[in-house]
Amino acid sequence: MNAATASRYTAEYQTIAPALPGQTVPWLKRLRLEALEKFSAHGFPSLREEEWRYTNVSAIEKKLFSPVLGFVPHPKLRTVNTEWVKSHQLEDAWSMVLIDGHFSAELSVLDGLPETVSLMGMADALAKQPDQLENYLGQAVSHSEHSFIAFNTAWFTDGLFLHVPAGQVLSKPVQLLHVVTQADAMATTRTIIVVGEMAEANVIETFAGVDNSYLTAAVTEVFVGQNANLTLYKMQNEPEKAYHFGGTYVKQAKDARFTHHNFAFGGLLARSDIHTDLGHASECELNGLYLGVKRQHIDNHTRINHLKPHAISREIYKGVLDDRARGVFQGRVIVTEDAQKTDSQMSNRNLLLSNDAEADTKPQLEIYADDVKCGHGVTVGQLDEKSVFYLQSRSIDEETARNMLTFAFANEMVDKISIKSLHDKVLEQVLVRFPQEGIEKSWL
Amino acid sequence: MLSIKNLTVNVNDKQILKGINLEIKAGEIHAIMGPNGSGKSTLAHILSGKAGYDVTGGAVTYQGKDLLDMAPEIRAREGVFLAFQYPVEIPGVSNIYLLKAALNSILKYHGQPEVDAMDFLTLVKEKVRLLEMDEKFLYRAVNEGFSGGEKKRNEILQMAILEPKLCILDETDSGLDIDALKIVAQGVNSLRSPDRSFVMVTHYQRLLDYIKPDFVHVLANGQIVKSGGAELALELEEKGYSWLDEQAAA
Ligand SMILES: Nc1ncnc2c1ncn2[C@@H]1O[C@H](COP(=O)(O)OP(=O)(O)OP(=O)(O)O)[C@@H](O)[C@H]1O
Ligand SMILES: [Mg+2]
Repeated sequence: MNAATASRYTAEYQTIAPALPGQTVPWLKRLRLEALEKFSAHGFPSLREEEWRYTNVSAIEKKLFSPVLGFVPHPKLRTVNTEWVKSHQLEDAWSMVLIDGHFSAELSVLDGLPETVSLMGMADALAKQPDQLENYLGQAVSHSEHSFIAFNTAWFTDGLFLHVPAGQVLSKPVQLLHVVTQADAMATTRTIIVVGEMAEANVIETFAGVDNSYLTAAVTEVFVGQNANLTLYKMQNEPEKAYHFGGTYVKQAKDARFTHHNFAFGGLLARSDIHTDLGHASECELNGLYLGVKRQHIDNHTRINHLKPHAISREIYKGVLDDRARGVFQGRVIVTEDAQKTDSQMSNRNLLLSNDAEADTKPQLEIYADDVKCGHGVTVGQLDEKSVFYLQSRSIDEETARNMLTFAFANEMVDKISIKSLHDKVLEQVLVRFPQEGIEKSWL
Repeated sequence: MLSIKNLTVNVNDKQILKGINLEIKAGEIHAIMGPNGSGKSTLAHILSGKAGYDVTGGAVTYQGKDLLDMAPEIRAREGVFLAFQYPVEIPGVSNIYLLKAALNSILKYHGQPEVDAMDFLTLVKEKVRLLEMDEKFLYRAVNEGFSGGEKKRNEILQMAILEPKLCILDETDSGLDIDALKIVAQGVNSLRSPDRSFVMVTHYQRLLDYIKPDFVHVLANGQIVKSGGAELALELEEKGYSWLDEQAAA
């Protein structure tokens, strides 16, 4: 990407800037300016960058998506189909809704949320407690990481802020629902999740939209406190023509446990970053399932930074790719000199259902400590013919056998979801994406 | 029940089965023994319809029909069951799901209604008890993380539930300790009936102490070189296979 094309977004910036939140917050103004400069100089990431070499985002440049400004808070005035939004909400969760990059209090469901927990829109949070936010915004990821982060930092229109205080165990999951309803819109949001010392929470980020071409550019910064426990789900179910960039950047304190489940199902072009910094004896588990059909391009980039001794990381990413879809997995594990006794396992398995489907997989282990246990394995292949025959020998016809095995491959990741309503929604999405002839849903 | 006539089979242009003849009547138990690599599993796979083998000559008739003409799943629905020497692991598909899908496709093929959920569970639990397995196995993925012995027992569990007509056991006894062997044998014996036949591939006489065969055949180098009664197995145990070569040469 060259600076000339980047400037199409940059050129618009001065007209947009006054409408962005935090104008009166000096540290944020400064941060946004730095990020804008950085983005103006580099444009969106290019194929020449090692961590973007499989994913060409030039279409985002060419399309020129526009932020939705002049926000009218009441959903009825914004031609948003409330029932449709509700269909994405999980019934057994507290639910925060972002529409076209803006928090909608009307559609959010917060009954019974303990008063000690802060859960609000990012613009509101910046207005109410800017000093507190300075401790978090830009602290889990820097805008120099890559230019999508710079872009997000300069352009974000809103987002969400969740703070679970020390010792608090949330009795229900919190859903952060991102929906985009307008064609050619871009929803650029910044979300911060803080789980205090010894606290526990389950959080679900859901991405969905009306069947249009649009851009989601969402960055989530996560802070898991000492001995705290966070399970974070990402359900990316954008429509067929949408573009998605989503980054989740995590800092884990000593003994913190973080589990991430990444379901990357939607979008024409979708890229997710999941990066975590591991503190002393902390543990992370990164699970991922990506499903590509038609011409979808789905890229997942994970980075696990073992910064301190005795931390454990476990990673399993699985992909099923059909038609002309392309899946990319880049998994970096970095073990610093200080991180002795690191225990790390990574695996990436890809199932190709068509000759035109493609999987690019690139595990990268960078180990600078000597007393560590690190392993990784990757596979790219078709269904195992021995398994197909085994099922046939048990009376199951070949087509059903293939469908069952494809489903089973994906279902291994779906089965890890411990929230019933989310499990059922994810399962439903797996089933609509692949042939399900012969699969008895009621028996699953 | 099963008639194999002069069957020759190639794998990658190499002849593995070199003219097999075998007649199995309803209710009979046949044991097939023979050295490693002689073609025993190949024969079992051919009967159940595995791809990758070229049948270059001969015929196999099962219940009056051309068996080699049927897709593997049709053979299974017609009552052919192979207990594999090396059962595969299928992560993501539970045992109970597979059993239900298998049983229902057999019922459907024969124009019968699907099994009632309660009756199914009762049936399955009864068979689980017969094979002294833990009910938890039903909800685990097919063979995933099972020990060798557990996999073999699981094959017999499937057989007991699907009630096939022609049961082919490929080294089901290998790797079983004596207690597991007794349990498996008990499962097999409970299935014996005048209209059900068994083909048991084994290396060990010990299995035949618990399941008495009507006939014992020796398969060597792609051919049945000797057939006899149960006493042949004892002779083989004592003398090995080499005397058969000498006999053939003489
Ligand atoms: N797919 C294959 N490709 C090449 N050769 C094969 C293949 N399958 C079987 N064979 C060969 O065919 C011969 C017979 O193999 P088979 O597995 O039937 O023997 P077996 O009698 O069952 O032996 P064991 O007692 O060790 O189980 C062997 O020489 C084997 O190497
Ligand atoms: Mg064999």
